[in-house]
Amino acid sequence: MSATGIGAPVRRTEDFRFITGKGQYTDDINRAGQAHAYFLRSPHAHAEIVKIDASKAKAMDGVIAILTGDDLAADKIGGLICGWMIHNKDGSPMRAGGHPALAQGKVRYVGDHVAVIIAETYQQAKDAAEAIDVTYKTLSAVADIDSALKKGAPVVHDVAPDNTVFNWHLGDKAATDAAFAKAKQITKLDLINNRLVPNPMEPRAAVGDYDAGTGVFTLHTTSQNPHVARLVLSAFIGIAPEHKLRVIAPDVGGGFGSKIFIYAEETVCVWASKKVGRPVKWTSDRTEAFLSDAHGRDHVTHAEMALDDKGRILGLRVNTKANLGAYLSTFSSSVPTYLYAPLLSGQYNIPAIYCEVDAVYTNTAPVDAYRGAGRPEATFVIERLVEVAARERGEDPALFRRKNFVTQFPHQTPVIMAYDVGNYSASLDKAMDMADVKNFGKRKKDSERNGKLRGLGYSAYIEACGIAPSQAVGSLGAGVGLWESAEVRVNPVGTVEVLTGSHSHGQGHETTFAQLVSDRLGIPLDQVAIVHGDTDKVQFGMGTYGSRSGAVGMSAIAQALDKVIAKGKKVAAYALEAAEGDIDFKDGRFSVKGTDKSLAFGEVALQAYIAHKFSGQQLEPGLKETAFYDPTNFTFPAGVHICEVEIDPDTGVTRIDRWTAVDDFGVVINPMIVEGQVHGGIAQGVGQALLEGAHYNKDGQLVTASYMDYTMPRADDLPSFAVGMTSTPCPSNPLGIKGCGEAGAIAAPPAVINAITDALGHENISMPATPQRVWQAAQQSQRKLAAE
Amino acid sequence: MYAFNYQRPKTVRQAAGLLAKAGGDGKLLAGGQTLLPTMKQRLASPAMLIDLNQVDGMSGIELKGRNLHIGAMTKHADVANSHVVKTAIPGLAALAEGIGDPAVRNRGTIGGSIANNDPAADYPAACLGLGATIVTNKRKIPADEFFTGMFDTALEEGEIVTKVIFPVPQKAAYEKFPNPASRYAMVGVFVGKKGSDVRVAVTGAGANGVFRLPEFEAALKTRFNAKSLDGLSVPADGLNGDIHASPEYRAHLIGVMAKRAVSKALGK
Ligand SMILES: Cc1cc2nc3c(=O)[nH]c(=O)nc-3n(C[C@H](O)[C@H](O)[C@H](O)COP(=O)(O)OP(=O)(O)OC[C@H]3O[C@@H](n4cnc5c(N)ncnc54)[C@H](O)[C@@H]3O)c2cc1C
Repeated sequence: MSATGIGAPVRRTEDFRFITGKGQYTDDINRAGQAHAYFLRSPHAHAEIVKIDASKAKAMDGVIAILTGDDLAADKIGGLICGWMIHNKDGSPMRAGGHPALAQGKVRYVGDHVAVIIAETYQQAKDAAEAIDVTYKTLSAVADIDSALKKGAPVVHDVAPDNTVFNWHLGDKAATDAAFAKAKQITKLDLINNRLVPNPMEPRAAVGDYDAGTGVFTLHTTSQNPHVARLVLSAFIGIAPEHKLRVIAPDVGGGFGSKIFIYAEETVCVWASKKVGRPVKWTSDRTEAFLSDAHGRDHVTHAEMALDDKGRILGLRVNTKANLGAYLSTFSSSVPTYLYAPLLSGQYNIPAIYCEVDAVYTNTAPVDAYRGAGRPEATFVIERLVEVAARERGEDPALFRRKNFVTQFPHQTPVIMAYDVGNYSASLDKAMDMADVKNFGKRKKDSERNGKLRGLGYSAYIEACGIAPSQAVGSLGAGVGLWESAEVRVNPVGTVEVLTGSHSHGQGHETTFAQLVSDRLGIPLDQVAIVHGDTDKVQFGMGTYGSRSGAVGMSAIAQALDKVIAKGKKVAAYALEAAEGDIDFKDGRFSVKGTDKSLAFGEVALQAYIAHKFSGQQLEPGLKETAFYDPTNFTFPAGVHICEVEIDPDTGVTRIDRWTAVDDFGVVINPMIVEGQVHGGIAQGVGQALLEGAHYNKDGQLVTASYMDYTMPRADDLPSFAVGMTSTPCPSNPLGIKGCGEAGAIAAPPAVINAITDALGHENISMPATPQRVWQAAQQSQRKLAAE
Repeated sequence: MYAFNYQRPKTVRQAAGLLAKAGGDGKLLAGGQTLLPTMKQRLASPAMLIDLNQVDGMSGIELKGRNLHIGAMTKHADVANSHVVKTAIPGLAALAEGIGDPAVRNRGTIGGSIANNDPAADYPAACLGLGATIVTNKRKIPADEFFTGMFDTALEEGEIVTKVIFPVPQKAAYEKFPNPASRYAMVGVFVGKKGSDVRVAVTGAGANGVFRLPEFEAALKTRFNAKSLDGLSVPADGLNGDIHASPEYRAHLIGVMAKRAVSKALGK
């Protein structure tokens, strides 16, 4: 391993720019003559728009234009789309209601877009918004799954009179029923996967700019996948054809999934820039982010596990209702279906699984992928069930898990996935060792002496990353292929620019991708530049989400690097007057086998460009290669997290005393960055388990619309994490990478809840397990004990 | 934020004059930690802001005999770090240390906090629990008469808090159960003992803001010990309920925090 190659804990090269305030975020971009947009949003969860009277507002100082859904319709601008088709059990397509970027006739959630005001300044736009007189006819709202599914409930979209987007299923129902019929033990659980607000540090923003000279639109926007944004804005929404639309996602300050989607605001900014003949800028404020960023999770699940008399799992039956909010966001339909049910087998041998999912419209913000997207929900189901099943049997939860682990690979689950490689016991052993599980009993006694309750919780998670083989996802309904592209440009002096379709918004690609190049080409990191986020520079890209940038994005780069080296060998053969087959490339030098003749990588690059040693007919000059890499399978990161909590029964406060994470991410490029990803993931997972929860009241008002009421995890909520690794290199991509971006958020929630319920002697508690809930549960446990 | 006029007087008199001139449309600006966010969200729209930050003599900490004087413009961080406060009333320094985050503590002021009388603010509990006197440009108001309800005080139009006088107790401590999200007090209990005068003040829990617990005070007067509170409880009636805590949970926490505050005051 070189000091800057694969496996080296290199410091993030991008951080100098970020921590010295030199980052260029969308809000830092200002165009000459720029105007400002403000969105008038619905104060009602559900209402008909009877009339919008903007006459007074239009006359106000600085106001340039006030546009509504009628203007969009007049310009034949299409609605926002959902790019993954899900079919009902009977084969009919899901029921997708229209999703105009500015409401047409009806508003469906608090924060829905009623009109845009474009003015010289942001404050003027805001002033004018207050002067717009909208006449609403308010309708009753459905703010949660249960009320949406009640008979006679108010209807969110006419296409779905029962508010059901789809009823979908996966697995073999008959085989699963048969497994349950012969079961000796059936463990049942009702689970709520709480709704979360993504809260990236940088709020969404957009600057639309139309060049009347060339007819080209440029959109700067906070996107995790600028090419996908361009594709959707072009092909579906109809802003402009792709060659007339440039999308730039500059530095982006976190996304967690919420910046994958194509939203109303950027659509309106880019469209309006032509309409008003001025660049149009919008930056979300924090309240708007709470109201209108796509939320995450929000499942209600009933799950059952069938076991034989020896405690072997025979089958799993899961019924989930998923809240998709008021409109189908870009990838919303895939999250509670193909990103969820295929992970229900966990790390276990489960012969039969059947899962049904009803997706539901409600008068709440759209729900879509959020760090983990479907896999945290699946992991919560299986890891809670396994825990409770073990406890019901009086068996040690670690032993129970181990007994049911998959040990032979490849392993075909009954729900699509074929696990390629893993060693689940290795992670469990290491985690138990690091967590000092054997002395837990002693620590528990010590806590008891101080009037505290101590509990230990496991989470043996598996997830699917590296999404995904294009043919496979195509057969499941995806509207796009999920390959990745890369271009490696070697300059005549041997410096290298890598143009990648992945997008870094916190992940550190500028460092890790450069490490791959340094490793392969034997050149220092500072001779490598990673370019991303601009559709005019990068040939194409599917973007960054689903922990795919290492496994898929870097594999594309590796493939292009292989081509560069192959071409380099040809050039070197001419320059060194040897046969191509005699050229070796190692540690940055091309050499002739068995001789001391060699050329450095940079010298060969120069030869490629000056083309003096070969004719253009023999070999094309230049050194630049591209690749499109389509993976052969998902990757399956897996591991074991162990959470140890101490609860104060007098107040209900849960303190996480210890956290151990042992993950198998396959090959790790930069262990320091990977550990950082694990830390952040755990923090968000703990956030979900203990702190965070989006709460709408029954009228559809978001009660948790600010940090006064929405609890973000803070440093002092978390212990220092003990992070360890095991490694089974992934056989499904050339680098052996599995992906690490979401693992913590996937693993953490059941570990926390298993620990709390262990401490309380309770089988269930809802997330977030706030002090109030834990106190109530502790009271119940004490009452139960007293009664016994 | 809407446009406003801005004034920076040098004396309390000038400030009072400007306030009178502005009629009902003027607002004093202290640390701005409450007022500015409210203005940014367009929930307040004063026509004139009268900034107190350059008014002479409004900040500072001084022990005069058995009384601790704290100027209205004294920042939370200064109270928290003051050697004088830490020696005279350590519980008060600790309370200030627990307000918000470093940015808030380095801007927010004691005068702003008590004038605002947020029902979840910390200082009102200390004022009531120590029997403080609030000094204004017009008069002296005992804490028992100052906090009149949620975001409501005895301050009259044009009245400016200039300082707060805390009698130094023998024993005092504050226990705060923070709201998980905002970290304001979900329940905060301040206990103070000076001679036979024992005070127990509760913030964060009451629908009308900070209040005292006479029953707890009586029990502690008999014997100043956490055990004296055994068996005492607070009715949930009239307490706040929200997504973070029901009135019942708050009532329970008052008991727990009161006992912990007493133990802390005793150095246990
Ligand atoms: C993120 C955050 C967290 C916080 N956490 C806590 C917490 O945990 N506990 C807590 O107690 N508080 C908390 N606060 C509030 C903070 O303590 C503020 O300092 C306080 O509420 C107001 O003080 P200020 O000096 O900023 O007053 P300002 O915001 O300037 O003014 C507040 C009000 O008081 C009036 N006023 C100010 N000074 C005077 C005066 N001398 N005489 C008469 N009227 C006056 C103003 O006109 C205004 O109406 C928090 C605030 C923030 C932003």
